[in-house]
Amino acid sequence: MSSAEIASLPESEGFKIRWGDLAPFIALGVIILLGTMINSNFMSANNLLNVITRSAFIAIIGVGATFVIATGGLDLSIGSMLAFVVGIMIMAMNALAPALGPWAIPAGAVVALVVGSLCGLLNGLIVTVGRIEPFIVTLGTMGIFRALITYMTDGGSLSIDRSLRSAYRPLYFGDFLGVPYPVIITLVIALLGAFILYRTKYGRRVTAVGSNSDVARFSGVHVGGVRTMAFVIQGFCVAVAAICYVPRLGAATPTTGQLWELQVITAVVIGGTLLRGGKAHIWGTVAGALILEVIANVMVLSDMVSEYLVAAVQGAIIIIAMLAHRFTSSR
Amino acid sequence: MKQAAIDTKDVRATSGPPVLRAEGLSKSYGPITVLTDVTLDIRAGEVHAIIGENGAGKSTLMKLLSGHAAPSGGTMKMAGAQVAFSDAVQAEDAGIVLVHQEILLAPDLSVAQNLFLGRELSRFFAVDDKRMNRRTAEVLARVGCTARPWSRVGDLPLAQRQLVQIARALLDDRKVIILDEPTAMLANDEVDALLDIVRSLRAQGVAVLYISHRLEEVEALADRVTVLRDGKMIGTWPAADLDQRQMAELMVGRELSMLYPPKREPVEAEPALMVEDLSVDHGAIRGTFSVKPGEVLGIGGMIGAGRTEMMEGLMGLRPAQAGAVRVNGKTINKPDVGTMMAAGVVYLTEDRKGKGLLLNEGLGPNLILQALDMINPGLRLDRKKELAATRETVKEYDIRIRSLSIQAGQLSGGNQQKLLLAKVMQANPSVVIIDEPTRGIDIGNKSQIYRFIDDLVRAGKACIVISSELPELVGLSDRVLVMRAGRFAAELTGTDITEQNVVYAAASSGNDTKGRKRA
Repeated sequence: MSSAEIASLPESEGFKIRWGDLAPFIALGVIILLGTMINSNFMSANNLLNVITRSAFIAIIGVGATFVIATGGLDLSIGSMLAFVVGIMIMAMNALAPALGPWAIPAGAVVALVVGSLCGLLNGLIVTVGRIEPFIVTLGTMGIFRALITYMTDGGSLSIDRSLRSAYRPLYFGDFLGVPYPVIITLVIALLGAFILYRTKYGRRVTAVGSNSDVARFSGVHVGGVRTMAFVIQGFCVAVAAICYVPRLGAATPTTGQLWELQVITAVVIGGTLLRGGKAHIWGTVAGALILEVIANVMVLSDMVSEYLVAAVQGAIIIIAMLAHRFTSSR
Repeated sequence: MKQAAIDTKDVRATSGPPVLRAEGLSKSYGPITVLTDVTLDIRAGEVHAIIGENGAGKSTLMKLLSGHAAPSGGTMKMAGAQVAFSDAVQAEDAGIVLVHQEILLAPDLSVAQNLFLGRELSRFFAVDDKRMNRRTAEVLARVGCTARPWSRVGDLPLAQRQLVQIARALLDDRKVIILDEPTAMLANDEVDALLDIVRSLRAQGVAVLYISHRLEEVEALADRVTVLRDGKMIGTWPAADLDQRQMAELMVGRELSMLYPPKREPVEAEPALMVEDLSVDHGAIRGTFSVKPGEVLGIGGMIGAGRTEMMEGLMGLRPAQAGAVRVNGKTINKPDVGTMMAAGVVYLTEDRKGKGLLLNEGLGPNLILQALDMINPGLRLDRKKELAATRETVKEYDIRIRSLSIQAGQLSGGNQQKLLLAKVMQANPSVVIIDEPTRGIDIGNKSQIYRFIDDLVRAGKACIVISSELPELVGLSDRVLVMRAGRFAAELTGTDITEQNVVYAAASSGNDTKGRKRA
């Protein structure tokens, strides 16, 4: 081959739509279309913003989970971890409120970010240094975090100090130019996640480790470090979600964040990230989180199906998504 | 040699009828023929050894005889009647059993449970452990295995497991037992014990087909020896007529082709890489070696001799300790892939699909994965540089592709190997260790890779080549170290680098290699 031919080699095989990568967005579009047909109220700006805002928690945590899953790991502890971080944050804010006044809120948020990251570090170190399956490790820490929040709330609820409520409330209910803050935060986190995953060396190593950890190891990648860092990112994202969560309900209870891990993993997987690792789609995860919330919303609005069946439909979605993937990828 | 071939007929004429006779057996996979026209017979109460280089077709022959694969041509006869096996179970029913080289036992089951796996004895509706344990004890005694029927297989030492595997083959009465490299994983005293067991099987009237690349075992054990080379049968000789040297010559018997670049002039220089008393896998593999700039050091030896393990140990990819590792005069304290790469040493794995390339990723991500930090000093990934490096590589290494967006897994073996070579060269190393540089790739790509190796050595880099292909080892190397059972058995230089000498050092007991080493 001459050098002129090499230089003219196309960077890709022309414009080719990758249906697999677009699938979650197409699915989202179809569901929105269905919702519009079923109930005209669905398309109202109010309802849509409401739905998007509610999907923020799963989307934010999902960005972190995308990292963990991309390295071939799994974190089942995220729901309990969220409850635990929420509890710690409320306690910190309440303790700091007399001294700092409204400044207790940012101080508490910093505490939450530190605690969340440390929780992730704990998971990561047990997985990598202890060489234990992530499934087992996070099953264990899931129980531990859940028990700790139950203990901290004494089985009841742990509320944020009244003096902080009005100052903190806008973070969930407020908006900037009509866009609710949780949506902005989700966008920022997703942009940050996408940047780290697609534009940094660390992101490249994440996919390498998830794709084939032996190849990564033989290429001099510190596999344990990459895995641990993914868990830390997960913990950080959980803390961000916790910061958005507290102004919504103002309290932590033993059931805070319960079963969220399943929703998060569902969002990540229907978003196109491979559960065995190696292929990660941050924006797919965000779409996945939206799909779950939109389906729940459509069902509530439709009157055709009982809303008690929301979880069943969400469960069916993940199975259908996987089957669709199986049939499209085997061709 | 012609003379010896004629002798074969005499032996056949003087002994009893064959238990199993193969006539004109061939096997091809698509257009590739791996075995052609093999005719041999196996008699009751004899040990018939099959020898040949890696890839000579030994394993294929064994698979055909034991029903693990169907022949493309030729016939098999048992006691004069023609037979054909559709699978291994049919062959076993007919009395032929293959004992695999690898241990294929369930580690969490007991010895008896393993022996009777899939054919459990039952009493009413429950398994009859008592009867199975009793039968197991009998068979274990027959092969001299000291394990208890109820011992967990995973708790047994390797040698005992190998015996359990042989015991499993003997559970039912067998006429022919095929042992595929039974001693590959055993230590010397364990080998002796195993040879005794094979002898006792022979005394019991079993026909034993014995595949080994350890020529001393063949010499000590076999009644007859069949030699395979490049998928063809070279001949069958009475073992008494051959010594280890002659066996090695029969196994090799071919000339060096023009595939290889001309040899370079010997260089006088300080070693680029010096490794003292490296001990890998807790001492199972040990050695001291060094390589100079402008030199290709070949590492020869049979598969399983510990060559790959030695280099993986050096790179910190498996547990290892070294007396000292020096790269260009600089001591490396705790070698791992990263520090060695920074010092200028890179290693190309033999397992390019499993450990070398990310098959689902494109060319760029694969190319820069190893030298990620060198190419990108900051945290950010420079995708322009990545694309430029990819274009450069495609050109320089002549990787034939239609589009740069192709995934590594879609490349041909030869292009994958070039990509892998390019990948480690991104780190601009001074010492390149290449494990099996041309495994499974076609002749055109092979000669290109040989030229790359020659080019980089002429450019003053040092190169270590591990190869199981003797012509390649001989054709490329300025110096060859031959490994045997985890140790360096011989060093060959200059005109001593011949296929015969390598095979001899790799396969023989090594007792008389010292005299030949510098003949």
